[in-house]
Amino acid sequence: MADYVLHILILLLLPPLLPGVIARTKAICSGRTGAPLLQNYYDLARLWSKGTVFSTATTWVFRAGPLVGLAAILTAGLMMPFGSHQAPIVFSGDMLLFVYLFGLARFFTMAAALDTGSSFEGMGAAREASFACLAEPALLFTLLTLTKLSGTYSLSGMLAHKSVMNLLHEGAALLLLAGGLYVVILAENCRIPFDDPTTHLELTMIHEVMVLDHSGPLFGTVLYGAAVKLFVLGALVTHIAFPFSSASEILDWGVFILSQLLLAVVIGLTESLMARLRLTRVPHLLMVACILTAFALLLVLR
Amino acid sequence: MTQLADQLLVVVLLLNFVVLATSRLSVSIRAVALQGILLGFLPSIIHTFSWHLAAISCGMIIVKGLLIPFLLTRALQRLLVQREPEPFLGYLATLLAGAVCMAVSFVFADRLPLAAGHQGLLFVPAAIATLLIGLLVLVTRRKAVSQVIGYLVLENGIFIFGQLLTEAMPMMVEAGVLLDLLVGIFVMGIVIGHIKTEFSSVDTSRLTALRDT
Amino acid sequence: MVPMLIIMPLVGAGVAWLVPDNRWRPWLLPVTGLIHIFLTIDLVSYPPQASLGGWIRLDSLGSLVLLAISPLFLACAFYSVGYLAYRQERSNRTLCMGLLVCLGAMSLTAVARHLGLLWLALETTTLVMAPLIYFNRNARSLEATWKYMLICSVGIALALLGILFMAYSTMVAGQEATLLIDPLVAAARHLSPAWLHASFVFILVGFGTKIGLAPLHTWKPDAYGESPGLVGAMLSGGLVICAFLGLIRVYQVCLAAGDTSFYRDALIVMGLISTAFAAIFLVRQNDFKRMLAYSSVEHVGIVVIGLGLGRGALFATLLHLLLNGFAKGILFLAAGNIHRSYNSKRCDMVHGVLRRLPWSGGLFLAGFFAVTASPPFAMFISEFGIVSGAFADGHTVVPVLLLLCLAVAFMGMAANVLPMAFGERLRDSERTPYRDSLLTVGPPLMLAALLLVFGLWLPAPLVRIIRDAGMILEGMS
Repeated sequence: MADYVLHILILLLLPPLLPGVIARTKAICSGRTGAPLLQNYYDLARLWSKGTVFSTATTWVFRAGPLVGLAAILTAGLMMPFGSHQAPIVFSGDMLLFVYLFGLARFFTMAAALDTGSSFEGMGAAREASFACLAEPALLFTLLTLTKLSGTYSLSGMLAHKSVMNLLHEGAALLLLAGGLYVVILAENCRIPFDDPTTHLELTMIHEVMVLDHSGPLFGTVLYGAAVKLFVLGALVTHIAFPFSSASEILDWGVFILSQLLLAVVIGLTESLMARLRLTRVPHLLMVACILTAFALLLVLR
Repeated sequence: MTQLADQLLVVVLLLNFVVLATSRLSVSIRAVALQGILLGFLPSIIHTFSWHLAAISCGMIIVKGLLIPFLLTRALQRLLVQREPEPFLGYLATLLAGAVCMAVSFVFADRLPLAAGHQGLLFVPAAIATLLIGLLVLVTRRKAVSQVIGYLVLENGIFIFGQLLTEAMPMMVEAGVLLDLLVGIFVMGIVIGHIKTEFSSVDTSRLTALRDT
Repeated sequence: MVPMLIIMPLVGAGVAWLVPDNRWRPWLLPVTGLIHIFLTIDLVSYPPQASLGGWIRLDSLGSLVLLAISPLFLACAFYSVGYLAYRQERSNRTLCMGLLVCLGAMSLTAVARHLGLLWLALETTTLVMAPLIYFNRNARSLEATWKYMLICSVGIALALLGILFMAYSTMVAGQEATLLIDPLVAAARHLSPAWLHASFVFILVGFGTKIGLAPLHTWKPDAYGESPGLVGAMLSGGLVICAFLGLIRVYQVCLAAGDTSFYRDALIVMGLISTAFAAIFLVRQNDFKRMLAYSSVEHVGIVVIGLGLGRGALFATLLHLLLNGFAKGILFLAAGNIHRSYNSKRCDMVHGVLRRLPWSGGLFLAGFFAVTASPPFAMFISEFGIVSGAFADGHTVVPVLLLLCLAVAFMGMAANVLPMAFGERLRDSERTPYRDSLLTVGPPLMLAALLLVFGLWLPAPLVRIIRDAGMILEGMS
């Protein structure tokens, strides 16, 4: 019981820290001091206390978009085990629901963007759709590989399984999975090399342009949802890359939180060291991620 | 030890995809050189030490890792060509075809029974996959240097399979294979140089004068 | 004695490198050729024991191949002296060295008992012939050389993988891995069928590229079209036979393994595709050297079909293999002369050859009749033997299709050759100072005489050798 409470608390409270860590890492790499680590929390508080402006061209879809997105991602977060503990919601096949919840969130974001009738948002929605077509197979291949390795269809079962944790034997496959999944994380959470989160040119945006018209609390919901998405997907990657399980619970939670922060630092470093890819190259990189995960599946299937 | 060999072969297979995906010829050459060096270490990993083995390893590393890339890079410099234009299929389709080739080779290798000591190893699928991807590169690229790189990848694939037979194949044939490879690449290099002089380009899609009218 | 067959041409190549004078160097070729043919006849009549640890031994199949390449080389050697006298503008050092090394490597192919050694010799011939195709040093021959190098190298690499598969099949069977032919044939029944199938497929594709089986033949028209006639004769007569020997050796092991339907079907299908391709492409050819290339593809297809059919058709197939080299020799050498005289390879520019060059034109015409299996030339006997053997064994569809393709090929080739030989002289055709001389006409004439004689009477020793070779291939049948 205490586990579940801790899980929900971490899921609700910790995510906005990650973008802060990423921004801090990028600042340090470029020689600046950067914003404080808790800046995102202040931003969210500020946004939630503001009023909202709605365009007269929009309908209920526009208002529902961010809310449904957040709800879906939070539910997905309830199914993802943190550390080596079971998640609050566990049933056989929950990995498919996991993927579909992300799909639902993405659908409502795109619908909200199209609802505004603006050409910029439409362009962002089109890009989002086409890149998602390439990123989701990678995610599915990863889950299929984990299923084959562990024999269960449940996320908690998969990620805690012995053979998934055994880097010595299945090292090649797991490494490939981690690599492919890392690329998918970068793509899904609009990080360089797919999308520059600090750009102000709408023509170059993919994710930010979809939420241009949101303001006030809804915009806060959007930012919060994005942070939770990064957190949940990050939990998947850290599970595969650093499987760690010990007897002490405090140690487990501590290691989990540390590894999430470490992942944020790595993402920050990647963003500092790479440049944004040309838009025509993005499908190539996503295809490479697909191939890496498919290759891992092949290796495991033999 | 066989686990290490398997991980090595996974890296070799990933290098195949690097060759498929990149458009910069210097990156392709370095990827193939790295593949050659890794494959040069392979015999020492899976077999017990012997002077014959050490000689083959060293020869392989020197020829495939240093000599042939040096010849190719020199050809590149003389030809002043840096990038490969879009291949006949397009990069996305080529990557997809490469993935399909790899899947096919795994399926095909599963149907072939293995000898007693070799169960569960990656050698046969890796060999066939590298061969098919080498053929793919050869067939879909325009620049003559890329076609030679494809040929090198193909020969690497054959070498991977040959590792299963190192006890059986006497030194003479292995050395002869290496030598023929070297001479073959050398001749190809000379021909490429002549192509550059005659056609002022190494775009082989221009070699279309000979046809059945 | 057998290693002398290989070493002597290599020594000759070394001497060719040292000789400075462009006019005297070509004489090395006939000298080497004469020594080679004497050695061949001696060795074939009294086959010696195995040497070099069992890696080299002359058996009947090898004898057949040697009897095919040695007279061809001798003819090309004498021809080259006359031909190179007209091509003094460029150095013939590479050409002479290349031809001699090629002869050594081809002899090694004929006597090798180790599949790896056989492969090595074939790869050497591939590499050595590349500079010879480029003899004319123009853009077209460069393109031809590039295609040849690339396609044949890939083919040879695939054949190597096939040979490695065969060695591995012995390991899977739990025996000591070997690539020597005799142990392989003896152990064939126990070898893993999956690996043998895979090995045969790769070797068929690999050596098939060298032989020129469709659809792997795409380098042939370019290479034969752009190289000098002499080189074309060696390529189509000598190299094709040696690559065939590689295929036959592996086929020998596969046949000994038992269930042969897979291999036979594969061979027959590839053979039919080749003859069909060749027949279609022969019809609209405008370049008579490319036409000869397609004729070569056609004959390769016929031999492969014959190998696949086996049994009744086997004797005729092996005879056809022997005669094909001679017929191609006549055609290519005569074509070379015609090219020299008219300075053009186009069929529509070359008319009335019989009037301008009575000997070369006559030989070209005779070669055409020989190659399309008209009596009294010997190829009539071999092709008739294949078809009748096929009918006698109970096949119907395959021989009928074969006959159809042969008929189309005959018509296509005739539509090209007859106007060349008999047509009216064209106003704008060039006339170079080339004249038929003894050296450029004599060798193809000798080959034609051989074909005529064999058409009427096959000498008993030759029949015995071919029968022995057939016995090796098919075992007891």
